[in-house]
Amino acid sequence: MLAHSLFFYFFSTITVFSAVMVTVSRNTVYSVFFLILVFISVSILFIMIGAEFLGMIMLIVYVGAVAVLFLFVVMMLNVTEQITKRSIKKGLINNISVGSVVGIIIFLELLVAVGGWKYKSNFAPFSSSELDLSVSNTHALGNILYTDYIHLFQISGMILLVSMIGAITLTFKKKENVKRQNYFDQIKREKESAVSLVEVKSGEGVKIDE
Amino acid sequence: MTYLSSFFNEFYKIIFLLLPILVSVALIVWLDRRVWAFVQKRKGPNVVGPFGLFQTLADALKYIFKEIIIPASANKTIFILAPIITLTLSLIAWAVIPFSNKLVLANINVGILYLFAISSLSVYGIIMGGWASNSKYPFLGAIRSAAQMVSYEVSIGVIIINVLLCVGSLNLNKIILAQENVWFIFPLFPMFVIFFISSLAETNRPPFDLPEAESELVAGYQTEYSGMMYAMFWLGEYANILLLCALGSVLFLGGWLSPIDIYPFNILPGVFWMIFKILGLFILFSLVKAIVPRYRFDQLMRLGWKIFLPLSLIWVVLTASFLFFLDMLPKSG
Repeated sequence: MLAHSLFFYFFSTITVFSAVMVTVSRNTVYSVFFLILVFISVSILFIMIGAEFLGMIMLIVYVGAVAVLFLFVVMMLNVTEQITKRSIKKGLINNISVGSVVGIIIFLELLVAVGGWKYKSNFAPFSSSELDLSVSNTHALGNILYTDYIHLFQISGMILLVSMIGAITLTFKKKENVKRQNYFDQIKREKESAVSLVEVKSGEGVKIDE
Repeated sequence: MTYLSSFFNEFYKIIFLLLPILVSVALIVWLDRRVWAFVQKRKGPNVVGPFGLFQTLADALKYIFKEIIIPASANKTIFILAPIITLTLSLIAWAVIPFSNKLVLANINVGILYLFAISSLSVYGIIMGGWASNSKYPFLGAIRSAAQMVSYEVSIGVIIINVLLCVGSLNLNKIILAQENVWFIFPLFPMFVIFFISSLAETNRPPFDLPEAESELVAGYQTEYSGMMYAMFWLGEYANILLLCALGSVLFLGGWLSPIDIYPFNILPGVFWMIFKILGLFILFSLVKAIVPRYRFDQLMRLGWKIFLPLSLIWVVLTASFLFFLDMLPKSG
């Protein structure tokens, strides 16, 4: 048990430290890397309490996909421009007020959720079905997720789908005067339609694309 | 004391897994170059040692004694960290690959998820290397490879779901044991083809080697690297290729099972069959490298998102309904 708690304190220290570093570090790319470190150490903590499925999904979804996109966006920013003193001072005053409001709200929510769950047994139904310890984690999750909570599960999927379609329509613009490479047109081309022999009169030349 | 002894026990196991992998990576580079040369009617490396077997060793020695150059405008920490992460990630994934019924370092419940998670992390080595180099070509290469690896991971994930539907477990050994009667390559052959092509894209192998397309990007994300750091990228890349070959043989070719369960075949140990299948898949990989020209980037994206993803999703629905209506779903538990 000693080794277990040692490892727990080790990884939770890393989690808290890197979570602080996400906001403190001045280089945004470093912030994303610290965020990745947070995700990884949280997934290790998940694995340590025996929720190996959640830990792995955490790695795949957050580190493997979400953080890559974060990094993608942040890498495009000009880092040296952000580090100049003026922008930081200006940002500090604006951001502290907003940040502290958000922080207080999240803290209150956590207080209500954890406190209610701890001191009032019927605050939220823990689980509608009995926990079966003989099956593995993944099976148990699947049994609950696809039977009792199937509607919630599908609704969350629908929300994701809608937001995805929204994002695509926002970025999708049909530009005029842009030559697009049409895959079918490229394959369909034959010698007859693509090449033609033109007699060029001297001094006049040929105009293509008419 | 028990902690210490079990610690050293695990340590020995890890060493005995890692050393053969590193040696076989060296040999596999040689094999790759030989196959490539064979297709093009050349001799390939045949001077150092018997059949040129020690060529990679000589190359590695050369890399070790070369100077490591760090560009002045590079971000030093991340620049050094990138090849280390690439190599480490490609090696730790081997912990769950079973070489026989007993011969596996960590026989965990969610083995396939672990493999998938590690392979989705391996994009970071490339992005970090490309960004930290602080120059055009590495950055373009890194962005290309990030887009490519993220999109092909999706179809690999869906293909894995296909196999998992037939198995009913995430444990790699159970996946292999479920193929005792018939390997999954036969009922799921289209998925095997898509998996093979996606794993080419996932490991940045030709014809999908756009992150390091030398005609456009010099050497992509590796442009600024030299000496041992370049060699680490290169080792990690080949270890990753071997890993995806191993994953393919576990998912579709029955892993360490012998092809037919009759006398001369079933006395051979599982390790032999596992290595045999990995090598077979790898030779396919290097043949593709020699034969096929490089894809254009928009074609690559189109292939991933518009062809492979819908195809594999449709196949998931087909497999699921087939298993459901014929009452062949694996028993839970």
